[in-house]
Amino acid sequence: MTSHPGRRLKTLVMMIIIICASPVGYTFVSKGMKQIDWEGWSLPNLLHFFVQAFTNGTIWLGIALLLGYFVAFLVVLSWADYSYVQPAASLSYLIVALLARYALHESVTPLRWAGVIIVCSGVFIVGQTHVRSHEDHPL
Amino acid sequence: MITVVILYLVVVVVGTLGEMCLSRATKTIGEVHDFRPHAIARHVWAAMKVPWMWIGIAMMAAAFFALLGMLSMANASFVFPATALNYAVGAVGGKFFLKERVTMQRWIGVLIVCVGVVLVVIGKG
Repeated sequence: MTSHPGRRLKTLVMMIIIICASPVGYTFVSKGMKQIDWEGWSLPNLLHFFVQAFTNGTIWLGIALLLGYFVAFLVVLSWADYSYVQPAASLSYLIVALLARYALHESVTPLRWAGVIIVCSGVFIVGQTHVRSHEDHPL
Repeated sequence: MITVVILYLVVVVVGTLGEMCLSRATKTIGEVHDFRPHAIARHVWAAMKVPWMWIGIAMMAAAFFALLGMLSMANASFVFPATALNYAVGAVGGKFFLKERVTMQRWIGVLIVCVGVVLVVIGKG
């Protein structure tokens, strides 16, 4: 990462997209999926499930946001360090919980809030480790 | 309940194994140094010729559909953090399947994620 001001602003915008697009995408997918009934594992039921899922506009909006997240993630990695991007992305777990509580009106217990914050911390710590454990990969 | 558990296992285990297959496939064709679109397209095309890539894509597709199924019957505040368990599966798989050296700090992070996932699972609304 350099201290180039244009790159700093570009990185900030991309990081906001990365941190927000995935949770918002999952929230839309979740909202759409709640409109669909799971009827069982038989082939007709599974086909019916997929037809309902892929004709639901809310789900497509969510998938589009998830694709946007994926593209933004790949793009930002072309100039930013993975070890910078990945820990910041751990905030997504907290944002999903906030959106689930306040946009989807789910009941989130204090124990679950604690779990979400601990998951964020764990993901952050994993992201602080080296991207590559050794130079000469055996594969 | 049993359906959610099965779908959860597919999301976490099959999804992570799929990512590891992708990792194995992309490592065989080498690191990306040129980020121009045509160079990336050429790299992706080369990856598509590796069988591990297709196995990985199939597994990740199965995991995505399982995630959709989970979201139709469980709360997002449970599903999203609970699937963070893939960090644990990834660390174990990275060590034994991809022969990566997983550092102590990464194991500690994974352990903390596992503790968080347990709290998310038992913290029912």
